[in-house]
Amino acid sequence: MTREIHFRDALREAMSDEMRRDERVFLIGEEVAEYDGAYKVSKGMLEEFGPRRIIDTPISETGFAGLGIGAAMMGLRPIVEFMSWSFSLVCADQILNNAPKMLYMSGGQFGCPIVFRGNDGAGGQLGSTHSWCVESLYANVPGMKIIIPSNPYDAKGLLTSAIQADDPVFCLESERMLSMAGDVPEESYTIPIGKAHIVRPGTDCTIVSFGRAVHFCMEAVETLAKEGIDCEVIDGRSIKPLDIDTIVASVRKTNRCVVVDQSWSFASVGSEVAAEVHRMCFDDLDNHVYRVHSDDVPAPYAWNLEQEMLPNAHKICQAVRGVTYTA
Amino acid sequence: MTTTTMPKTDQVTTPSTAQTPLPDADTLRKWLRDMMLIREFEVRSMQAYQNKLAGGFLHVYNGQEAVAVGCIGALRPDDPVITAYRDHGHALARGMDPKVGMAELFGRIGGCAKGKGGSMHFFDAEHHMYGGHGIVGAQAPLGAGLAFATKYRDEVMGSSKNNHVTLCFMGDGAINQGAVHEAMNLAAVLSLPVIFIVENNFYAMGTAIDRSTAAAGHICDRAAGYEMESAVVDGMDVLEVYRGMKPLVDYCRETSKPVFVDMRCYRFKGHSMSDPRKYRTHDEEAKWELEDPIERLAAHLQGAGGVTAEDTKAMAKTVRQEIRAAVDWAKQSPEPPIEELYHDVYVDRWGPYTGTSVPSFMQRRSSDREQTNDA
Ligand SMILES: Cc1ncc(C[n+]2csc(CCOP(=O)(O)OP(=O)(O)O)c2C)c(N)n1
Ligand SMILES: [Mg+2]
Repeated sequence: MTREIHFRDALREAMSDEMRRDERVFLIGEEVAEYDGAYKVSKGMLEEFGPRRIIDTPISETGFAGLGIGAAMMGLRPIVEFMSWSFSLVCADQILNNAPKMLYMSGGQFGCPIVFRGNDGAGGQLGSTHSWCVESLYANVPGMKIIIPSNPYDAKGLLTSAIQADDPVFCLESERMLSMAGDVPEESYTIPIGKAHIVRPGTDCTIVSFGRAVHFCMEAVETLAKEGIDCEVIDGRSIKPLDIDTIVASVRKTNRCVVVDQSWSFASVGSEVAAEVHRMCFDDLDNHVYRVHSDDVPAPYAWNLEQEMLPNAHKICQAVRGVTYTA
Repeated sequence: MTTTTMPKTDQVTTPSTAQTPLPDADTLRKWLRDMMLIREFEVRSMQAYQNKLAGGFLHVYNGQEAVAVGCIGALRPDDPVITAYRDHGHALARGMDPKVGMAELFGRIGGCAKGKGGSMHFFDAEHHMYGGHGIVGAQAPLGAGLAFATKYRDEVMGSSKNNHVTLCFMGDGAINQGAVHEAMNLAAVLSLPVIFIVENNFYAMGTAIDRSTAAAGHICDRAAGYEMESAVVDGMDVLEVYRGMKPLVDYCRETSKPVFVDMRCYRFKGHSMSDPRKYRTHDEEAKWELEDPIERLAAHLQGAGGVTAEDTKAMAKTVRQEIRAAVDWAKQSPEPPIEELYHDVYVDRWGPYTGTSVPSFMQRRSSDREQTNDA
């Protein structure tokens, strides 16, 4: 049965379902237990699963992220919550050097079935240290998968897959979407990691995006439709693996492509998609790939500057008009 | 729910009054005014936040005013100070103009960081305020670095010795961050004149200190592990803060050795604006509110005879006026122009980047100075 629930509830259902199913799964992080999660994602989980499986930590990211990795080497299936992915930079060594390389370094002896999850991207005037979009930075590292759900349905299905996965998975959520409502089945289900989703079919231009930015694209597409530009919107759903096949098939049809990636442009998810599309659709393209990113500056606090810096529907419309020669 | 969780603790060490005389009456009155100014600034910050004039995260300092004022009162005006994101009090105690602070909260060009930093990032180079810092524990190595630089300038570059002392504030939640321990060890090994002050308000967000911290009642033992001098100080009484800190500041200045302080205090409000404070009881809050540092100093000054209740009222009134003026000024200050996005990213000008410049409050002062020099 399907009912409407919030994004945060969908995340919680995925975790709770897996915890009921699999005793190896536990949740650890700052404020996840007694406070119900800094953003109430784990609300009620302490009550159901108790303090041995829902574990509050000190503010010691290196400590608890690393603890999770060690536990995963012993075969447990930790879910490590970062209050924000911005704080994961404190433990970059653990999550980038240990988790994704353990299997390789041990010649296949010790895997790392762990999920790291938390808020990614601008939360709204949080300033530069708290507004990280880590996807481009982290996607550069081999050995882990990255999922980035854009709605409650995907959140539950992708996170369930992540918890069941045998490899480390980074789940990038957004504080700005946690209260978003959407239809989600009550029962457990999975969405395969590495399969994109065509949110809106169209003929004139392919727009590829991830996470919260998908909603900016949908906003832009309405404006563009009124101008007679019919866009196809692809929600990548995961960044690693990147479902380039779905993207390429779409671009071969529309002959134009815009990538919307909320991280910085240099060596980014957006530049990766663009490079692959240029390589694989060279003869199909009417124009080079256009990219929409955050401006290459630290995130400012001031509201007007932050708005200007982040990707938005207006910038996406401009890019689509540019790539379709209708500017 | 967690009930009152004050761990069994080290006793507050009360230094003997004889050894540390209090400053003169004018200074004490100024401290009272400074604490009132901070409190009023926070009251208006919260209002501004509710009215959506300020955004992001807002962490107010109500209840902890004596810590910033007393500690900074034990410093020389040119000694460096650095702290975490609950930083308005330190900046104001250091002498930041409340207008400039309020404009920063409002994200305006007149702010201390031109509206680019916000509440968690109050910087003021003129007053040797090296920032509020948003990542828990991140400022501790920086504090060691500030102290390193003051010593380096004295020993390697200096013709004169300044013997600065750096104050590095942090919350009780920060002491479980690796960065803090690395900084403490470095400060000990390199013999750096820095005082690590833990504003121990017993909670990090919703986590009571004994749920997150081993030997929570004895955090000075951590300093002992680095053979560092330490003290437990009552942070709810500015006179105690001063009496506790002054000898430590003197020691740090004379010996160039680091010091660690467990400063016991309480935040009267929630962690940030979205915290319903379900993790602590009303009784506990009420008990601490009886120790309001502003009322304690006011009572002391009235008892000592120098100040009447009317004086205190008049002082409160001027402070309210000053902060109201700051709010008005901040509202008038324009939003930062869009070009500011690409300004201050690099000192160098290249590509889209337009170099850097100091904020307007410093430009004003330096042009004032130039004019006086010309005259
Ligand atoms: C590395 C890092 N992890 C988590 C956070 C989120 N966070 C902000 S403040 C805070 C609690 C800090 O408490 P404490 O150090 O006691 O300072 P107080 O708020 O009491 O002044 C947490 C967990 C952060 N800012 N940085
Ligand atoms: Mg605290």
